[in-house]
Amino acid sequence: MKKRLRRTALYVPGNDPSMIQNAGIFGSDAIVLDLEDAVSVNEKDAARLLVRNALKNINYGNTEVIVRINSFFTPFGKDDLEIIGRAHPDGIRVPKVETIQDIQNIEKFLDRIEAEEKFEKNSIKILPSIESALGLFNVFEIAKASQRIEVINFGAEDYTADIGAERTKEGKELFDIRTRMLLAARVAGIEVQDSVFAHVRDTEGLIRETQFIKQLGFDGKSVIHPSQILPVHQVFTPSQEEIARAKRIIFAIKEAEKKKSGVISLDGRMVDAPVVAKARRVLDYAQAAGLL
Amino acid sequence: MKNKIGREIPDEIKGIGKIKPFMGAFSTIPSCDRMSLPITFKNRDEKKIISNLKEAVKKAGIKDGMTVSFHHHLRNGDYVVAMVLDLLADLGIKNLTIAPTALFPVHKSVTKHIESGLVSSIQGSVNGPIGALSSHGAFDVPVILRSHGGRARAIEAGELKIDIAFIAAPSADQYGNLNGIEGPSACGSLGYAMTDAMCADKVIAITDHLVDYPLFPISIPQIYVDYVVQVDKIGDPKGITSGTLEITKNPLRLVIARRVAEIIEASGLLKNGFSFQAGAGGTSLAVTQFVAEKMTEMGIRGSFGSGGITGYFVKMLKENLFKSLFDVQSFDLEAVQSLKDNPNHLEMSASFYANPHNRGCVVNNLDAVILGATQIDHHFNVNVNTESDGVLLHGIGGHMDTAAGAKLTIIATPLLRGRIPIVVDKVITVTSPGETVDVLVTERGIAVNPNRKDLIDKFKEAKISLKNIQDLSKEAYDLTGIPEEPRFTEKIIGMVEYRDGTVIDVIRQVK
Amino acid sequence: MKDQVNIGQAGTLESSDVLVFVRFSPQQKGIKIDLESPSEKCFGKMILKSIEDVLNDLGIWNIYIKVHDRGALDCTIRARVETAVKRAQKNKGEQEE
Repeated sequence: MKKRLRRTALYVPGNDPSMIQNAGIFGSDAIVLDLEDAVSVNEKDAARLLVRNALKNINYGNTEVIVRINSFFTPFGKDDLEIIGRAHPDGIRVPKVETIQDIQNIEKFLDRIEAEEKFEKNSIKILPSIESALGLFNVFEIAKASQRIEVINFGAEDYTADIGAERTKEGKELFDIRTRMLLAARVAGIEVQDSVFAHVRDTEGLIRETQFIKQLGFDGKSVIHPSQILPVHQVFTPSQEEIARAKRIIFAIKEAEKKKSGVISLDGRMVDAPVVAKARRVLDYAQAAGLL
Repeated sequence: MKNKIGREIPDEIKGIGKIKPFMGAFSTIPSCDRMSLPITFKNRDEKKIISNLKEAVKKAGIKDGMTVSFHHHLRNGDYVVAMVLDLLADLGIKNLTIAPTALFPVHKSVTKHIESGLVSSIQGSVNGPIGALSSHGAFDVPVILRSHGGRARAIEAGELKIDIAFIAAPSADQYGNLNGIEGPSACGSLGYAMTDAMCADKVIAITDHLVDYPLFPISIPQIYVDYVVQVDKIGDPKGITSGTLEITKNPLRLVIARRVAEIIEASGLLKNGFSFQAGAGGTSLAVTQFVAEKMTEMGIRGSFGSGGITGYFVKMLKENLFKSLFDVQSFDLEAVQSLKDNPNHLEMSASFYANPHNRGCVVNNLDAVILGATQIDHHFNVNVNTESDGVLLHGIGGHMDTAAGAKLTIIATPLLRGRIPIVVDKVITVTSPGETVDVLVTERGIAVNPNRKDLIDKFKEAKISLKNIQDLSKEAYDLTGIPEEPRFTEKIIGMVEYRDGTVIDVIRQVK
Repeated sequence: MKDQVNIGQAGTLESSDVLVFVRFSPQQKGIKIDLESPSEKCFGKMILKSIEDVLNDLGIWNIYIKVHDRGALDCTIRARVETAVKRAQKNKGEQEE
């Protein structure tokens, strides 16, 4: 099965019908219908039903549809999951995950709902969000805590507040969480997305930050405004040289398979499984950008 | 009988006479002479300045049943239509036909003149409240809707005879030279008034800015003007031109605008000599900006931008992205200033712009045009006149003219307006026929008219994904549910005249 | 004991949303719907049916409901009606305690 691209995840306020019905047209790889930070305490019940109905009635095409529920430590989280789970989103983003237990609580809920609703087992993914020092401390375990986890995220605002750092536009204070999230994701064999760049009008700043995290190895980024989608996609779009090289690698592998030769080399370098996987990924990104 | 696009058209309409049905956008060959006027003259000592409007209309011989005309260059700041009609009502005149080039919310007093019997029919254009009145049966004679080009054609062919043309003139001299670029009520181009000036029996210019003779530059020359009346104010500047029109910030409309720019590029038309028209709405302005960016990137220079001119087009002219601008209507202060200062910014009449029956109008040279719609159907027929409840709310503008003339006609619109689907199975009223409409761009997909295989191939090559228009309307209905059809009586209250004088559709009274 | 009148409200007047106001009262016999909508002509019947469906599913047979529609889709209208009713019921429950 073709692996999903997760270059961008657009946050959509869960109490805004206009944004919810149009969320799928902006071209992001995923949308996150937000019941948490974007919704005031008085409107949690309203947003929950709005999002449930949207999931059941609106066709979002190939866009991955995620719902960010409230934490189970709030009065709202369990009701969110109970109602939203039955509407079968593609995944649930869980805020403020700190321990494996947090994941297991969600997993038990989802197991039950999937069984009761006769959904395919593990079809609803869990997307943990790390937002505290303890969460980061436990991230290696959290990333492996469930088969449902395919990607992890972090929340820069809450995390920096928790560790007592100063939140800046430049983001140097995030160096540790970024590298650790990346490491944890790769060890667990899953993807990792960067946190949002909140300065919506500063496109150059967004591009700089995205280029940096792409270089580090991140798979994508959360965005909070449709205008941020195209610039992030452009950063994740391979250059012509990268595409050409990827094509040559895939061709070389196919030739090697035909001739049943073992190890192959290209341009004097060994081409092994990770290199091939990366080449396939490059071509996936190229195709998504309309370049193939 | 059914006309060429399958709309039911009667052979004859009471109050209008025999009807020629639409036979195709390019099928009519005109076979009449240009209208003629008796030669009139002014003695050497005769003064044209009349001290008040009442005296001027009396001198012009106003009578019951006449046809009077107005231009709409003062847009929603116009005082002249109300001024003239109020005066004619005071004089006890009845049964006038008015022939405005367009009407705006500021003209709401026309409704009281319809109710009183001063105005018994309208030819040209209607707007909100007046359209609604006609939809509910206020007129005995159906409203005749014409496009800018079609109106000019009808006047020049003698089908629409104007007895008195009232021309609001931002600047005038005492001998009747007029322009629109100076004065407290400056509006820029006077393009829509020019045909009236040349063909009406009598022409009265109304100005709030009288200058010493001779006025310069001259948009409408003295040889066409009978009388000049000076008043305090012909309009409100705030309603005439906008400060600065802004491109849309709405993310959904920006998606549409970006797609339109990609379509234009993929069509292969974006090269030196490119010509282009877009409106003044937020989406159109965004398209204009994106196209300008592409042209700058590619280092190409267009031949002209045309139509209603905004500051964005003026900027393109200044940046040498266009050789010239053809201005039939100036939308904002930048456009007015540019018309005044820049010799490459040219004023054009409605006839020059869009009359299909002259030796070649500007729309014939248009490469691409971006237009809107209230509805568009599976045959790419476009409706701009009636809304989903069947009520007549809008005039035609230049829609059918530019659609027919341009090499690439793009309809740019959201799929829905509120809960109302814009892409439908069958439009309620046909304004522009599908054969002249090439591409539909919505936020949920792009559809190309099947009769444009050349475009389909080009877009496939450019990897632009396309949808069937039927699938787009289904997507719309999936979101909104299937709307109830409006219900009409048999009575015809409006006639949509195609630019060549044939009737493309009729509008009936809503139940 | 005082007569119980319980009200609930949900939604907004933003574009594509709908503002719903509901009132339970002992005098109210049957379902009375007051609908104000720009899509009245095209979708009026459909909107009324959707509202009735939601009320029926919730087992509500006596209620006054006022709906200001701003071009909302069906799923939005249903969500807002359900929310308003549940809020009114919650208010009722809280008052009885």
